[in-house]
Amino acid sequence: MADSVTVRELVENTRLTVYYGDEYLDDRRITTPDISRPGLEMTGYFNYYPPERIQLLGITETSFSKKMSHEELLMIMRKMADPKTPCFVVSTGIEPPAELITAATEQHIPVLGSKQTSSRILSNMSIYLSGVLAQRQSIHGVLVDIYGLGVLITGDSGVGKSETALELIRRGHRLIADDRVDVYQEDEQTLVGEAPKILNHLMEIRGIGIIDVMNLFGAGAVRSQAKIQLIVHLQNWTPDVQFDRLGNAADQRQIFDVQVPMISIPVKTGRNLAIIIESAAMNFRARSMGYDATKTFDDNLNNLIQENSQRDEAANGDLPASDVKKD
Amino acid sequence: MESKDFHIIADTGLHARPATLLVQTASKFSSEINLAYDGKSVNLKSIMGVMSLGVGKDADVTISADGADEKDAIAAINDTMTKEGLSD
Repeated sequence: MADSVTVRELVENTRLTVYYGDEYLDDRRITTPDISRPGLEMTGYFNYYPPERIQLLGITETSFSKKMSHEELLMIMRKMADPKTPCFVVSTGIEPPAELITAATEQHIPVLGSKQTSSRILSNMSIYLSGVLAQRQSIHGVLVDIYGLGVLITGDSGVGKSETALELIRRGHRLIADDRVDVYQEDEQTLVGEAPKILNHLMEIRGIGIIDVMNLFGAGAVRSQAKIQLIVHLQNWTPDVQFDRLGNAADQRQIFDVQVPMISIPVKTGRNLAIIIESAAMNFRARSMGYDATKTFDDNLNNLIQENSQRDEAANGDLPASDVKKD
Repeated sequence: MESKDFHIIADTGLHARPATLLVQTASKFSSEINLAYDGKSVNLKSIMGVMSLGVGKDADVTISADGADEKDAIAAINDTMTKEGLSD
């Protein structure tokens, strides 16, 4: 979605203080989630200096700077303050060196600060930036948080996705996005879904129109984003499509590089989809915790078949035990 | 797969009413129909999806249909676009 983010957005979302350059916060843009710790650059080694990254100075860099002469430090800081540099961040509540402010002023680069330690603020900034700068894909569906599990409901238009989600919200679950879910990959295994800003908390219900879920059901009924852990695909029931009867036909849908488990649920008048999806979510959770009803039942059934066939074999040794069959 | 580019000429862009008309037209067909704008693609049968893009005047959008009635779908959408003065 976004290929860059302003320094102001970074300041607001990671709660940084502004030492210098408040008026440049909207012009300066960050294009990469990578953050540079210019330790070796302080010594004059600029061969691999990445000027387009946020430059984070901590205790090491600032204490080293105290050992340098004013001229030397100013020269290094001027080299660091590249026109491409989005901002400087000084951690641990340390006052930024005057030479840094001078060099940054010359290039209109904001100088920011944080009371947090370098590693803490580095990870905060990097999590925020990877989220906003990640590539996004819009998916047609509804994303609901069911017992803490992010469930993406997909299916053709008019199959009843929003209506089902509304019933789920009534039952205490939370809406993330209706109709259009913007998805990005947070890390190797994790997909995060959110609503486009303009659709936040809104739903469209045929016959009613657009409703504001937060207004009608309260702040507890909505969530800004959630990890997508399960896809429930609603499909109109037709006699020729076979649906999973035992819960062992593992299906998946690939979004970016992540394989998301998917179950298909037939839609037919008289089926309460909200309760079915709620049960599917609970069953999925139980399964990921190690309780698998299908597998347990299957094991028990196999044991029963074996016991019965041994008994029957013993009773009439000449007959094959093939008539032991359970429907 | 059928697709067609449209240049939006309506001053108001795809606001609520024209968006609804396009969605209603698209919903008559069984093909999967998408609207792409500014690197984003949404389902043209989803009113919220279409409106969320905020398509304005002078925007270039691509509508693509995939399915048994894809040709008819694109033709019908083209009709709606011209009839409503959304695109030339």
